[in-house]
Amino acid sequence: MLRFLLKGVFRDRHRYLFPLLIVSSGVLIMVFMLALINGYMGSFIRANAGFDTGHLKVVTLAYSEVLAQKPYDLGFLDIQKDFAKWKARYPQLNWVQRIHFGALLGVPSQADSLIQQGEVLGFGIDLLSSTRERQLMNLDKALRKGRMPHSDREILISDNALNRLNLKLGDSVLLFGSDIDGALSSAQFSVCGTLGFGTEALDRGAVIADLAAVRKLLNMEGGASEILGFFQTGEYDREEAALIKADFNRSFSDPDNEFSPLMLSMEDQNNMGYIMAMLDRMMAIFSFVFIIILGIVLWNSGLMNGIRRYGEFGVRLAMGESKLHIYETLLLEAAGVGVIGSALGIMLGLVLSAYFNLYGMDASVFSRNSSLLSEDIIYTSIEFSTALAGFVPGILSTLLGAALAGLAVFRRQTAQLFKELET
Amino acid sequence: MSDYIASLHKISKAYATGHGDFYALKDIDLEFREREFTGIVGPSGSGKTTLLNIIGSLDLPTAGEAKVMGLLTSQLNARQAAALRSRHIGFIFQTYNLLPVYSVYENVEFPLLLLKMKPEERKKAVLAALEWVGLLDKQKSRPAQLSGGQCQRVAIARAMVKKPVLVLADEPTANLDTENSLHILQTMQNLNTNLGTSFIFSTHDDKVIRFMKRIVRLIDGKVASDDYQAGV
Repeated sequence: MLRFLLKGVFRDRHRYLFPLLIVSSGVLIMVFMLALINGYMGSFIRANAGFDTGHLKVVTLAYSEVLAQKPYDLGFLDIQKDFAKWKARYPQLNWVQRIHFGALLGVPSQADSLIQQGEVLGFGIDLLSSTRERQLMNLDKALRKGRMPHSDREILISDNALNRLNLKLGDSVLLFGSDIDGALSSAQFSVCGTLGFGTEALDRGAVIADLAAVRKLLNMEGGASEILGFFQTGEYDREEAALIKADFNRSFSDPDNEFSPLMLSMEDQNNMGYIMAMLDRMMAIFSFVFIIILGIVLWNSGLMNGIRRYGEFGVRLAMGESKLHIYETLLLEAAGVGVIGSALGIMLGLVLSAYFNLYGMDASVFSRNSSLLSEDIIYTSIEFSTALAGFVPGILSTLLGAALAGLAVFRRQTAQLFKELET
Repeated sequence: MSDYIASLHKISKAYATGHGDFYALKDIDLEFREREFTGIVGPSGSGKTTLLNIIGSLDLPTAGEAKVMGLLTSQLNARQAAALRSRHIGFIFQTYNLLPVYSVYENVEFPLLLLKMKPEERKKAVLAALEWVGLLDKQKSRPAQLSGGQCQRVAIARAMVKKPVLVLADEPTANLDTENSLHILQTMQNLNTNLGTSFIFSTHDDKVIRFMKRIVRLIDGKVASDDYQAGV
């Protein structure tokens, strides 16, 4: 019987072509959009984790209360012993120490005055003893001109800052800051390279110097304002992060000591929790709306097709088929069309997503005036769940459409349906 | 089971209209026996199709009792009524109503699929039915490739393939020319004689009436006469 019915479906293009087109194009859009949202989310997490939040971050209790101000004067001093303990306890994490600071970048003249100056966002990171930070912050890819620093007297600045301050590679610059005791401090550096992160917030004026030099500048020997942990896998794992955070704070944090360490997960910082939950909700709403809209379109198409098939239903009733069986076969047909349409849509959606996974999509227009950390080129992210997320709604919407349209078989009197035969 | 294939007792069928109830059938008492070849005759609107629908358990009377194969149709649920049609009743329609996307073979096979017959038996039955109506050579054709007469012969094969006790034919020759009508009627007459199937026709076609063993005349929903024709 099933074979017989399927033969009927695929010999009558009214029954399969339009629903197939709707389902496959709907699923294609859904798969692509989900891959894009996933890609955006991954990019968003990567950019924020690499530059600011880490997957997990350890700061002092006092620092955590005014986290957004990056108050390095409330950071850790002589933290290396404790740091060694944490590294041993959480081997699944890669750790880095950083000092975030605000400073003034000045271009000195030969007459000991400043020709140009500008505010910069400073990063003190380990640039010399390992390449980990270079990888985490993707510095090699972000390098526009010049090279990486070879000594702690060399710095990298954003390409925009170089142009704004009319600098060229090799020029000397002065970095002015306020040390941990509040005294004015300065140090001279040479610009060895420029960076372009594709991130508006950083490209406005970032300065990256070696951690050792920044420690000297700010009088923070052995200290760090933030200690960041990154999963070895490179991917953020929410559940694992929550477990580590709970364990760390239970073991090392003391609420009565404002300089005791406190671990924060990504969600605890920069509204990331809210943004991630919003993206999750967006995906759920998108899937739901997709099912409803596609269901309505398929319902309408099913109704049109149903009206066309009342005659056939009448014959089948006369032959001895029950209304319930006809309804079941309509659902079965819909399931068949749904499976094929969804599979087709997934395939096309994956091809489209793969293209943008390879070449990316320029989204700089969205971040031009934004202080949010996001990458200008968004690459779609293809996961098994993306395909599944397209498959389930594709079938559900087809079934929903057929289920609603098929109810007409029950609403009409048998003899009335039967009369349609004669028209 | 009673002696009758179908018996109707005080059957009425009323439809609500803006001006009160309209009676398509009123107080019909009829019995149909095995091997009968009966014509329900009357002008348009006399209630012929309604009567066939009630006998075929496609519709229920508003009053009275209809018994088909000993079963009171008003007491059957949808599934039981469908089973009754599936096992015992064949239908032939004025406009053939073949399923256009299926071949001749598949159209005739359909009722047997509903009966869940085994493939080998099904094939044998379908080929036999197509042989009865002389369309073995057209089994792979689609309905659109056949003439009206051939389509109606496929419809007969479809109705007869499960060897039902009763075939209900609603104006089966109304769309056919004289030659095809006669051919169709002869085919049905042969099946009635050879297989013992009872036929109830609704018609107002004199060509058909001449073939009937029994003629029930309906006028305005009532039985005006019920006669057996001598020499048929």
